[in-house]
Amino acid sequence: MSEPVLALEGLTVTFGSARGTARVVDGVDWAVHPGQTLAVVGESGSGKSMTVLSATGLAPRGAKVTGTVRLLGEELTAMSDADRRRARGRHIGFVYQDPMTSLNPVMTVGRQVSEACEEHLGMSKQEGRKRAVELLGLVGIPSPEERVDNYPHQFSGGMRQRVVIAMALANEPEVLIADEATTALDVTTQAQILELVAGLQERLGTAVVWITHDLGVVAGIADRVVVMYGGRIIEQGKVDDLFADPAHPYTQALLAARPQPGVRADRLLTIAGTPPLPTELPPGCAFWPRCPVRGDARCEHEEPPLVEVAPGHEVRSFYRADPAVTEERSA
Amino acid sequence: MTTTGSTESTATDVVARVTDLRVHFPVGRGSVVHAVDGVSLDVRRGETLGLVGESGSGKSTTGLALLRLVHVTSGTVEVAGQDVTTWSRRQVKPLRRRVAMVFQDPSASLDPRLTIGASIAEPLAVHGLRGSKAERRERVGELLDLVGLRPDMADRHPHEMSGGQRQRVGIARALAGEPDLLVLDEPIASLDLSVQAQIMNLLRRLQEELGLTYLFISHDLAAVEHMSDRVAVMYLGRIVETGTPEQIYRNPAHPYTAALLSAVPTADPARERERRRITLHGDIPSPVDPPSGCRFRTRCPAARPDCAEKDPDLYQVEEGHRAACLYKVEAVREMRAGADRATG
Repeated sequence: MSEPVLALEGLTVTFGSARGTARVVDGVDWAVHPGQTLAVVGESGSGKSMTVLSATGLAPRGAKVTGTVRLLGEELTAMSDADRRRARGRHIGFVYQDPMTSLNPVMTVGRQVSEACEEHLGMSKQEGRKRAVELLGLVGIPSPEERVDNYPHQFSGGMRQRVVIAMALANEPEVLIADEATTALDVTTQAQILELVAGLQERLGTAVVWITHDLGVVAGIADRVVVMYGGRIIEQGKVDDLFADPAHPYTQALLAARPQPGVRADRLLTIAGTPPLPTELPPGCAFWPRCPVRGDARCEHEEPPLVEVAPGHEVRSFYRADPAVTEERSA
Repeated sequence: MTTTGSTESTATDVVARVTDLRVHFPVGRGSVVHAVDGVSLDVRRGETLGLVGESGSGKSTTGLALLRLVHVTSGTVEVAGQDVTTWSRRQVKPLRRRVAMVFQDPSASLDPRLTIGASIAEPLAVHGLRGSKAERRERVGELLDLVGLRPDMADRHPHEMSGGQRQRVGIARALAGEPDLLVLDEPIASLDLSVQAQIMNLLRRLQEELGLTYLFISHDLAAVEHMSDRVAVMYLGRIVETGTPEQIYRNPAHPYTAALLSAVPTADPARERERRRITLHGDIPSPVDPPSGCRFRTRCPAARPDCAEKDPDLYQVEEGHRAACLYKVEAVREMRAGADRATG
């Protein structure tokens, strides 16, 4: 297999507070390869967004980040702030949930895309504008030579997200990081954006890290899936293995909690309680207080290690999910 | 003009009915948003009517009109057989006891300075339901218990609760006046996946126990299928299709419904790979200037020249199943064939 584009090893992020130390991300390892899509799944507070922000040097103030991050083989974590910023700008594209966090409302979209080309690829203003028109066309904005002079407010939500993708691609990044990039969009618009990214990925060989809570989106786009809970990876594997044979009780419960198309069950299987706050993590397995399997005292006091259950399929749990639940669900 | 209900439904089994409802908002410079533009529907006692659509479809505005929370431009709103369209503010007050609303964001609908107990007691006082403070306190405890919260949570403030707990409080508050109809506007949209299932189960249980009627408004097609007895699909201020979940999800008769369903990703990688998606082009047009004829024609893969001329009525596909398409099921068949060619 090719060298990974972005690889995390033992990434840990902590915040000190009056109530003690909060471990928001705890020992996360994953890697994404050229042309591949890695989906990072979790609910609120799982640490899925914080992992990527911290890995790329965008952690909020007060965060203590440890571990190793390699971008194209170079150790991002060992660089000076300036070098890290340069490497990030040159090799990574970001797309967030709300396009307006990335767009400047008082600047034309053309200038914004062009600026990225000038800054990271050393293009002139003229070249930058030409490239901006090309990129806006590439992401499916109709009549880009006219729209290039429009402001963000003149675009719909879906079109704004296309502009952000054009900006993210301006520097021809090796890796695209999409954090809930389609969550705020309507489902028909989401389908357009997913198709757009898949097409671009195929053409440009970009690696994609897709952070989402939506298991449907994951099933459609991912090669590999990482499931996070309470700041830790609790399961990871190839998309088919993970959906067909979820090994962690949490992954299984998450899959079972969604209504199944064509099946009108009286009741949905639920997970009791709510995801834990990073300041209130239990000492043992983070999922133990909500776990339907509820093993024993070991679960309560000892953190289970991540172990391989099948080639490339790892799970952090002393007890496996109950296969009967998965069978009943797919029956 | 057509209704979602069969024409035989009598006044007694209809909790709420809107007829040819229009809600237009002026937005300055003579422009008008046609948020709801000719919607007719019945909500029958004891059922859940799912109202599904994307942003700008008018589904939430339709819900607000049932409580007279928006100005009705034309058409009628009836609740329990009474025409409430032109009721005064004073008259509308008791209406909000019969029809109550649960909003998407429970933290925005609860006063952060009030305890949970005070928030739930408020409608009791407004509607003069429990005279004394002690009686109200007791009723608050009952309501909390009903939605699966411990009665001692009455003393907490909203910020001390999780999103799911706050939504339970929102539901308890809506139930305080013992309403006939609950308008649930995206009640699970802002909750974590594991909590969404809890709230859907709670709503189902309350419906069984209390005989409630729901208008379940959501953009989440899977949740609507799970929750509803009947479904109405909205697009740009109109109902474009209505029927049972089986009819709508297995055999959509309107091209928009078919496209919408084909866009919803399912948690099944093999199915996703084989999926033949009907991709719609462009965005939903502006409700300020909706297209002539069929409103969906500008994005419809099966549109023909006629579609710009004629505004299609809902026709009967089969008993209980109606759709508003000039070319009936032919259009959906044609679209599907197109999607097969594109991916096959």
